[in-house]
Amino acid sequence: MVSARRLALALLGLVALQPGPACAEVVVADLSSHLIAITTGFTGASVVLFGATDGQADVVAIVRGPERDVTVWKRGKVAGIWANTDSVTFANIPAFYAVAASGPLNDILSPAAATLYKIGTDNLRFEPRSSTDPEKASVFANALIEVRKRAGVFSPSHQKISFLGDKLFRTTFYFPANVPTGTYLVEVFLVRGKDVVGGQTTPLVVSKVGVDAAVFDFAWRDAFAYGVIAVMMAVMAGWLASLPFRNT
Amino acid sequence: MDIYLPVAEVSLDIFILLGLGAGVGFLSGVFGVGGGFLLTPLLILIGVPAPVAVASSANQLVGASVSGVLAHYRRGNVDFKMGFTLLMGGLAGSVLGVWMFTLFARLGQIELVISLCYVILLGVLGTMMGIESVRTILRQRRPGAARRRLHRHTWMHGLPLKTRFRRSQLYISALLPIGLGFGVGVLSAIMGIGGGFLMVPAMIYTLGMPTSMVPGTSLLQIIFVAANVTLLQAYTNHTVDAVLALLLLVGGVVGAQFGTRFGTRLRGEQLRFLMAILVLAVAAKLARDLTLRPSDLFMIPTDNRL
Repeated sequence: MVSARRLALALLGLVALQPGPACAEVVVADLSSHLIAITTGFTGASVVLFGATDGQADVVAIVRGPERDVTVWKRGKVAGIWANTDSVTFANIPAFYAVAASGPLNDILSPAAATLYKIGTDNLRFEPRSSTDPEKASVFANALIEVRKRAGVFSPSHQKISFLGDKLFRTTFYFPANVPTGTYLVEVFLVRGKDVVGGQTTPLVVSKVGVDAAVFDFAWRDAFAYGVIAVMMAVMAGWLASLPFRNT
Repeated sequence: MDIYLPVAEVSLDIFILLGLGAGVGFLSGVFGVGGGFLLTPLLILIGVPAPVAVASSANQLVGASVSGVLAHYRRGNVDFKMGFTLLMGGLAGSVLGVWMFTLFARLGQIELVISLCYVILLGVLGTMMGIESVRTILRQRRPGAARRRLHRHTWMHGLPLKTRFRRSQLYISALLPIGLGFGVGVLSAIMGIGGGFLMVPAMIYTLGMPTSMVPGTSLLQIIFVAANVTLLQAYTNHTVDAVLALLLLVGGVVGAQFGTRFGTRLRGEQLRFLMAILVLAVAAKLARDLTLRPSDLFMIPTDNRL
């Protein structure tokens, strides 16, 4: 948890150094929480994004999870059995992706701006790791989006950002129980005349905390010791359970 | 009540896990098998990623087998010499098995390999056991019928390294149990099973051990093979979920004790017939899943373990 917070602070520093899309017009936003703590009873979480604009405008917000390479497999029938037959590995795909907007995306934003700022799952960049036939790559890319949408980690359609008066806005992002851990970026764009005229980026950390985090870290850091303890624990449990039945 | 499993990275109902452990533990006590062949597919069915299900089942098996061996030991039904001979082969086999597991995982085929292994092994074994047990039951109904000869001499008795296993009243080549242990060790790493359901029939029909000695001796060697698999999986693939294993154990060890008592009241061939039906049912279910068109033609194997 400490390391997660440190990471968040470091990221805040980075973000401050980066020039925003445009500095002339202003949007300020923040999250109700910058840490989603995955505990033993974790069944998902909601985070409220709220903020204000400097006047009448549209707002688009995207949440992006940590980027990783993703391999998509296609199943085919081999000798009557369904097996993984073909795969494409895409580079740097966000593990989580959600969009919220104050109006229909096509109406408030030009396609060029949407592509530039990677707004909407269709505008994510899918670059295969090895050279792949573009048609095949696009089929696999669409499949990736579909699989992730069904898993709830890519938002199926954009959510509504609601305005209170002219300047104040808010929306709620929902994170399912299977939310991937890591450092997320929440980008808020100020939109006027179908173009992005201002923006702000806020980090959000999804991290396991408490016993679960300790177990997970242990399983990766001291894998052998973890294995030994897992075995000993099992032996103890087996022995303890047989005690009450000893004299029968 | 849902509980988050830290390594599997999924939330599951704690009572389903406890109940699953108890049910499988009961069967394992009755039949002298670890029950992994039921536990692993059931875990996958309720949403545990296949690699985690395999590795955590192995961990759970360690505890369930300890509990089972202690129960059989008190009845004097464990052949230690035979158990450790099987084990020598078993440890070597499980090292090879974990290596193969890692290889298939990298090729994106591990889920298929796991399912295929189950279908083939369970199908063949269930059929064999079913036929044999029905024959025995029928033969007993006709008292005059020919009995099986006590000792049939085959090529297996010509192998070197002849060893005497006093408790089992056997004088056979040590290569037989070592080879058997090796084969089961490989499968136990790939399938997350102790291999009891393979070991038990092989010990009865191939080695010719007395049925009463089989469950305890089989469980004895499963303890060590499963412990080895747990260690190797934890070290190589980081797929052992200790919280999941502990929950399954709590239900499992208690279930195993009741199962052992229940098992002693049934007759050998009846027991084998029931187990054959169980084994065939699991095989049929898995075979159907393999040949049925999947709901989605595309899948992302790493998505369960981001």
